[in-house]
Amino acid sequence: MATNTPLLKVDDAGIQFGGLKAVSNILMEIHKGELVGLIGPNGAGKTTLFNLLTGVYVPTEGSILLNNKKLNGLPPYKITQKGISRTFQNIRLFNDLSVLDNVMIAYHTLAKHSILTSILRLPFHFSGEKEMEEKAIEFLKVFHLDTYRNEKAKNLPYGQQRRLEIARALAASPKLLLLDEPAAGMNPQETNDLMNLIRFIREQFHLTIILIEHDMQLVMGVCERIYVLDHGRLIAQGIPEEIRNNPKVIEAYLGEEVSSYAEN
Amino acid sequence: MSILKQSKGFWLSIGLAFIVFFIIQFLIVGGQLNPFYVNMILLISINIILAVSLHLIIGITGQFSIGHAGFLAVGAYASAIITMKLGLPFWLAILTGGIAAALSGLVIGIPTLRLRGDYLAIATLGFGEIVRIILLNVDYVGGASGMQVSHMATWPWVFFSMLLTILAIRNFTYSRHGRACLSVREDEIAADAMGINTTYYKVAAFIIGAFFAGIAGSLYAHNFYIIQPSNFGFLKSIDILIYVVLGGLGSLSGSVLSAVFLTIVSTFLQDYPETRMILYSLVLIIMMIYRPQGLMGTKELTSFFKKKPVIKEESQDGNKHTIA
Repeated sequence: MATNTPLLKVDDAGIQFGGLKAVSNILMEIHKGELVGLIGPNGAGKTTLFNLLTGVYVPTEGSILLNNKKLNGLPPYKITQKGISRTFQNIRLFNDLSVLDNVMIAYHTLAKHSILTSILRLPFHFSGEKEMEEKAIEFLKVFHLDTYRNEKAKNLPYGQQRRLEIARALAASPKLLLLDEPAAGMNPQETNDLMNLIRFIREQFHLTIILIEHDMQLVMGVCERIYVLDHGRLIAQGIPEEIRNNPKVIEAYLGEEVSSYAEN
Repeated sequence: MSILKQSKGFWLSIGLAFIVFFIIQFLIVGGQLNPFYVNMILLISINIILAVSLHLIIGITGQFSIGHAGFLAVGAYASAIITMKLGLPFWLAILTGGIAAALSGLVIGIPTLRLRGDYLAIATLGFGEIVRIILLNVDYVGGASGMQVSHMATWPWVFFSMLLTILAIRNFTYSRHGRACLSVREDEIAADAMGINTTYYKVAAFIIGAFFAGIAGSLYAHNFYIIQPSNFGFLKSIDILIYVVLGGLGSLSGSVLSAVFLTIVSTFLQDYPETRMILYSLVLIIMMIYRPQGLMGTKELTSFFKKKPVIKEESQDGNKHTIA
């Protein structure tokens, strides 16, 4: 594996907000096909790291490489077009649009008809729109969401909204998918469904996934490798077993005294 | 033929529009319609163009712009220069009015569309005022006393401009570009994360909206015999904004209906000049209390005729629980 170039390489990246180092010295290598977890206590900088990867923030130090190509400074929409797509911690669907439209928007860059073509309703417009719609419907079927096709996104049950957000992120045909707390607010049954969904999409779409999650059952259950972030720095990485027993991780989560107490 | 791919309802509405056009044209030519009503009909159509063009910017793309009278002014003066100063034909004036306004939309759009919400509103308000003040101080276009413009905006010109505007905005909205604009309105961060170039679409909507506002300006100028900078003040922008808000943000037919409704109310209230603004405001207040979502909400007229697709509730994954 080491000889291959990693799909995503984060090379000493970090960001400063004024004098505050929110995230720093991040070193990560994610290889194609991996399912990697990113955990850490609240405020550790997990979402900030996602925002760095997706271009919402521009790193003030280090670099981020996708397939050996530098992503620093590209606007988010270009990074999405290059193959990183994401979901959000608090669901960000296009609430007043239909489920179908939500997915079709992710197919935006697939069709090439221009604004003028659409205004004049030239043939290219119809073929492009038709292709988008057909693909989106096919896609919704894969996620069992096609029955909700014309429903407004905000009217879906919570679990289905999460599902739709993941579907939408996948419709942008990413190489790397970033899931930000996909199980937040879910009950055990829904979490279980989600685990199956994550395994399913990974196989179906040959994806590489990075997952932020607080639900340890889910993280330990699906992730092959885990990075642990605390106070903006990576404090540990490894397979779930190692992470579970890593004193630094226990310390970050439970505090120093407890961990030393636990060791004794 | 791609043009035949439109739905039956589409051709029905086009047909209806043409019938209305011919009836009114017939009445005007025959002289049965007195000039007061003719003028009102022209005014309604021009206001529809304005409402629909702002609808694209505010209702579809969600960019709160209150400088629309600025584009109207640019279009009006540009077209007046073409016909009155240069003596060129009217169709060229309409086109020039649109293009001049679109260019000003581009110039003003690129720097201001980084702003959001209130800040964008203030910036566009500033743009409207700048246009007005510039026109007030340029002697070539008559300064404060304005420009004499001959009446050229006849019913066919106005009608076809209106029809083309509505069609263009509708076609834009129901395409991948319209959806991109909608996604910007719904959630700009998510739109960005879906690969949509949000700045591009905000500017595009701004330019298209400005273009049609410029066309409305050309018609406006050639309907009133005289244009003065004071016609294009802040209140004019607010008038247009009210059409869009009252019609229901995001509803094309709503903007059209409210432009028709409010123009009629405002025209008839001219008989009571001392209470006119009070009554007009009362109508707005009552409307907003009883229909806070606007006349049409986000719905379109056509959605009342469509049969709702029957969707069978299938429990495919047993995932029916909702948690707060």
